[in-house]
Amino acid sequence: MTTGDDFTMVTSNTTTHGTQDEIPELAPDVILDVRGLKTSFYTYEGVVKALDGISVDLKKGDTLAFVGETGCGKSVTAKSIMRLVESPGRIEEGEVIFRDRADDGSEVIMDLLKLSTEEMRHIRGNRIGIVFQDPATYPNPVFRIGDQIAEVISLHQDLALDVLRMKIERLEAALAENPDAPNAAEIQEKISNYESQLDDPPSPSETDKKELAKKRAVDMLRMVRMPTPEEVANQYPHELSGGMRQRALIAMALSCNPQILICDEATTALDVTVQAQVLRLLNELKSEFDSSIIIITHDLGVVAETCTKVAVMYAGVVAEYASTEDLFADPLHPYTLGLLRAIPKLTEKTDRLLQIRGSVPNLITPPTGCRFHPRCDYATGICKEERPPRAEMKPGHWVECHHPQGSMAGKR
Amino acid sequence: MSIPVIIGVLAITFVLAYVVGNPLAIYVNERTPPQAIDQIIRHHGLDQPLYVQFFLYLRNLVMGDWGWSDTANSYVVDAIRRFFPATIELSIVAMIIAVLVGIPLGIVSATRKDQIVDHVTRVIALAGVSMPIFWFALMLKYLLYYQFFIWGLPYLPEGGRYSIVTVTYNPVTNFILIDSLITGNLVLFFDALVHLVMPAACLGYLTLAIITRMMRSSMLEVLKEDYITLARSKGLRERVVIYRHALRNAMIPTVTIIGLAFGGLITGAVLTETIFSWPGLGRWAVRSILTSDIPSINAFTLLVAIIFVSANLIVDLIYGALDPRIRYG
Repeated sequence: MTTGDDFTMVTSNTTTHGTQDEIPELAPDVILDVRGLKTSFYTYEGVVKALDGISVDLKKGDTLAFVGETGCGKSVTAKSIMRLVESPGRIEEGEVIFRDRADDGSEVIMDLLKLSTEEMRHIRGNRIGIVFQDPATYPNPVFRIGDQIAEVISLHQDLALDVLRMKIERLEAALAENPDAPNAAEIQEKISNYESQLDDPPSPSETDKKELAKKRAVDMLRMVRMPTPEEVANQYPHELSGGMRQRALIAMALSCNPQILICDEATTALDVTVQAQVLRLLNELKSEFDSSIIIITHDLGVVAETCTKVAVMYAGVVAEYASTEDLFADPLHPYTLGLLRAIPKLTEKTDRLLQIRGSVPNLITPPTGCRFHPRCDYATGICKEERPPRAEMKPGHWVECHHPQGSMAGKR
Repeated sequence: MSIPVIIGVLAITFVLAYVVGNPLAIYVNERTPPQAIDQIIRHHGLDQPLYVQFFLYLRNLVMGDWGWSDTANSYVVDAIRRFFPATIELSIVAMIIAVLVGIPLGIVSATRKDQIVDHVTRVIALAGVSMPIFWFALMLKYLLYYQFFIWGLPYLPEGGRYSIVTVTYNPVTNFILIDSLITGNLVLFFDALVHLVMPAACLGYLTLAIITRMMRSSMLEVLKEDYITLARSKGLRERVVIYRHALRNAMIPTVTIIGLAFGGLITGAVLTETIFSWPGLGRWAVRSILTSDIPSINAFTLLVAIIFVSANLIVDLIYGALDPRIRYG
């Protein structure tokens, strides 16, 4: 995927956020840079180091995948980026640098972890949208789908101008339908009155705002290819199927045209056919809205189909981070190698599926050194003692391993 | 559903009331001529089989003949007309206090879990559940009436529905608060309100405690739900997340408790009314029980059953309004 040519305008009018002590640096085409993110959960049994120094970046227009086994910290990463980690969890250290593009085109670089709660609220749902895993439990059961989407729209968007336009349109429609109405002149006067306010729209009344937001919600539902969007907007979550609910959640996350959309296992709970539809939809919407996507999944098929970049996670660490082609063609980390080997091939007949021996370690007392070494076929003494540094083995191909395999075998 | 429950209650109370003593005792006293007794038995159908008597009883109930109450010295229906509004008024005010205080307390202690507010709330609720209502009522009376009177502070009235000596009251519906408002008698309204404070607080305290604990636990439960995370991920204010997205879901179990507790208030009023000389159903029932005034006891039991059943009916309706999944079920 090429990253568009609108980067030329970037950085010329880039400012930094007022509340930051120092200016975080960010490469011009990167929209989100996660640096050394550590998140822990303080449980009765001990401190669970769910994330132990995650570093990845997301370029504008890219689709980044986090893959890994259950419990490796994929979802915690997403929640940490959104600062939605709940007690007993705590983000310990690290930076999440985000390039925020305001509505007027100016750009602000900020560390999301240093924002105030109020500033972070402005980012959530507005600049970064998130779609969660389970369409059955995430929509609020007691509110209509349309209202739940409209809520985000009226929260983050300034609807003053649009409300005015809506009023003018409505009057013009009434006039067009019945041009000889006795109060035609009156209506005409009203229209010109509204038009004179277009430069400086008055703040709209709550009912007008609600009506417009609801209309926008229906538009969003149409955008995610929901059949009969007007009807669905008036329905409750329990009246929809899983796939429809997932679409509604995607519509909710996209309703403010976010710069980043995080899909936390957004397709896992769906049928394969619906899953394909949703994935196609996500890719279409990405180009439509000019956003970047982070997909969290444990399905390598999804990764191969939709993503440009992949971060393979293992036990709270990014083991390998590369472009999708590179990763599938030349996996360097033994864990990635094992994952790819574990996919059964259609062309070969095997009695036993290949697996990675052992199981995911306990994160309260993770293995010393490299967290993968107890399960690794290539582990040596150093793996037990020292955590491998994060190194760029090939251009754009980062690995955390003492003994990389593939084309880099023995080169370290 | 409600009708069979009420008929069942009627059958049970009818049988119980007529096995504990001679049913004839209601109609005779020491000056009744013995030769009249046969006629009385025939007149009231006491020579009929029990099931026939039950149907006679039902017929009389439907026709508005609920019998004669010795304790109230009037027909039961008239006694109800007099006593029922007093109890309902007391219970509703008690319930309003319990709901208005209990629900916010529950929310606050859930959102500030394990902080000082939560601990204080827990103590308040625990006290409400553990204190016997009669003891609490007496203590309240001792402090707010007797001691305040001695200290020269503005004290609350000791009992009764209004100051009989200083304020005149001409009953219309027997709901003093309503009557005083429709007749524009504000002096009576505030007088009645002042008289309501202590008994209602007393009666409502237990319910308040239960509502607080219920609200807290269901709020904590709901705050763990995924849709709360979703609401936060939309960038909503924490206040909106709690009062819009969480509260409505958390109200569902709490409403059940409120409905059940309302029936409990009526029966709880028996003690409160006795202590605060409140001329309501409870005090009447106590006196009827002490004098074996069967028609009054039956009427009281029936009323309590009707209140329980209708409170549950109302709860079911509120459920539908709160939760769309139930509405179509």
